[in-house]
Amino acid sequence: MSLEVMARARAPIPLAADFRVDPGELLALVGHSGSGKTTLLRTIAGLWRPQAARVRVDGETWLDTETGVDLPPHRRRVGVVFQNFALFPHMTAAQNVIAAMGREAKAPRIEAERLLELVNLAGLADRRPAALSGGQQQRVALARALARRPHALLLDEPFSAVDRATREKLHGEIVALRAHLNMPVVLVTHDVNEAQVLADRMVVIERGTVLSQGSTAEVMSDPAALRAMGLRELAAILPATVTEHTDDGLTRLEAASGPLLLPRIDAAPGTRLKVRIMAHEVILSRARPEGLSAQNIVPGQVARIVSGEGPAVIVHIAVGEDEILARITRRALTDLGLAPGDAVHAILKTMSVARDNVAPADWPDGGR
Amino acid sequence: MDWDALKLSLSLAAWTVAILLPVSVFAGRALAYRRFSGKGFVEALVMLPLVLPPTVFGFYLLVAFGRNSPIGQAWQDIFGHQLVFSFEGLVLASVIFNLPFAIQPAQRGFEAVPRDVREAAACCGMSPLAALWRVELPLAWPGVMTAMVLTFAHTLGEFGIVLMVGGAIPGETRTVAIAIYDRVQAFDMEAAGLMAAVLVAISLFTIGLTYALSARVGRRLS
Repeated sequence: MSLEVMARARAPIPLAADFRVDPGELLALVGHSGSGKTTLLRTIAGLWRPQAARVRVDGETWLDTETGVDLPPHRRRVGVVFQNFALFPHMTAAQNVIAAMGREAKAPRIEAERLLELVNLAGLADRRPAALSGGQQQRVALARALARRPHALLLDEPFSAVDRATREKLHGEIVALRAHLNMPVVLVTHDVNEAQVLADRMVVIERGTVLSQGSTAEVMSDPAALRAMGLRELAAILPATVTEHTDDGLTRLEAASGPLLLPRIDAAPGTRLKVRIMAHEVILSRARPEGLSAQNIVPGQVARIVSGEGPAVIVHIAVGEDEILARITRRALTDLGLAPGDAVHAILKTMSVARDNVAPADWPDGGR
Repeated sequence: MDWDALKLSLSLAAWTVAILLPVSVFAGRALAYRRFSGKGFVEALVMLPLVLPPTVFGFYLLVAFGRNSPIGQAWQDIFGHQLVFSFEGLVLASVIFNLPFAIQPAQRGFEAVPRDVREAAACCGMSPLAALWRVELPLAWPGVMTAMVLTFAHTLGEFGIVLMVGGAIPGETRTVAIAIYDRVQAFDMEAAGLMAAVLVAISLFTIGLTYALSARVGRRLS
């Protein structure tokens, strides 16, 4: 049940994109506002038709400008979460979900309550959107998008209209929810952090054109993609498992490279996490430093050094199976005299890892 | 008190509202959502009855409905009586001169439904008709209702066009507004005053009802 998209257009915004999303896979369309990523999403949903385009889901053609196939949105089995949720204001949460079910649904009320429970909204089924918080509205929108048993789930900047604390929680919930989803998921976002911690694969869009696509790790190390996203977005993902919460408000994790001490993370011991470590926050030292305030000193080995035109270089440090990236000045590299193969210590302040740099790596209850 | 005139007025208003309700919904929706060339011209045309003096508008309708016009001729052939100076002619004139009152508020009502909410309806699998019935109409309802109340009240009060197209035939085209004028001409101030008071009461009641209903809709949405 994979989703294949091809779109070409010259006006009103140029488009040149081809991508494919497999069932159960989460693909992030990343780009600045006005880059055309939302237009691509609207093309899939049938809300927009470029001059030349093809959209196929599971062998079923939704749009093919060559053969003249163009199903209207209501005949495409698609679930959409809009940026501002677009809930029906005159309906309760449950009615919003039921509205997307179609007439053949057998026990719509029970099904709606099951979906609302799935997005952690049990007990709020009879509230109208105006009586729900932004995060709760977002969950209703998600339940409504799933109610149609869509063949593709489309999320248009779904986390941008909620506050930061809610966003972190929703990130975790999306990861947990994915255990129940076996359709392709497309997430449109301008937030590289969100894309890197949530997506399996990324497509970077600039002026309607695909600059880079591939697995999240591939795209995040592609210089062209990084130039478009900004070099300050350069970061590595370090898998780690929660071991304990300390009395002084920190969380200790175990990574392949050894223990990590991070600001408090709301996750039970044993939870597997993805920790996004920003390359510009990492300090390198040849000797193991002493008398330093930074809590995380990770020993590793220089794998390779990538230098561009700017004053900075990117040092890839192998730590066990994983990799940490450090973006340091060319001057510092010369002072240290680092070369591939050298032993090095990567130093990371606990406080340099923000809470939304952390997301669950998988669904802890394994698809209940 | 001329009860026949009042009954006639209410009947005329009811027919006008009944005919204009679907026109209000579909034309208002089309003008709110569709983009087409000449849209500005259509909008201006709809508003024309608002700015023309009723006697001028009535004069043209009289000419258009008259026995020598194609419309009047066809009516005469089918129904065996003339269109002008008949109740049916009055209803037709009333429908036309109420177009701005019926369409404009409904258009504003439909415009108030956010685009992403309409798109969400389609993405929830609703056909355009289902989306109209389940999402757009419930949200645009205050506008449509305002349109109908304005149409009703305006029909009760219209004088110039009714006189031009209908004359003042008792039981056929003499509405209460014309009856009041007749009574005043006959120096029967008491009857005129009574009928005027009844019209004021009916108008107040309809406006009050609108406010009460739209307040209820407002509460439902917040």
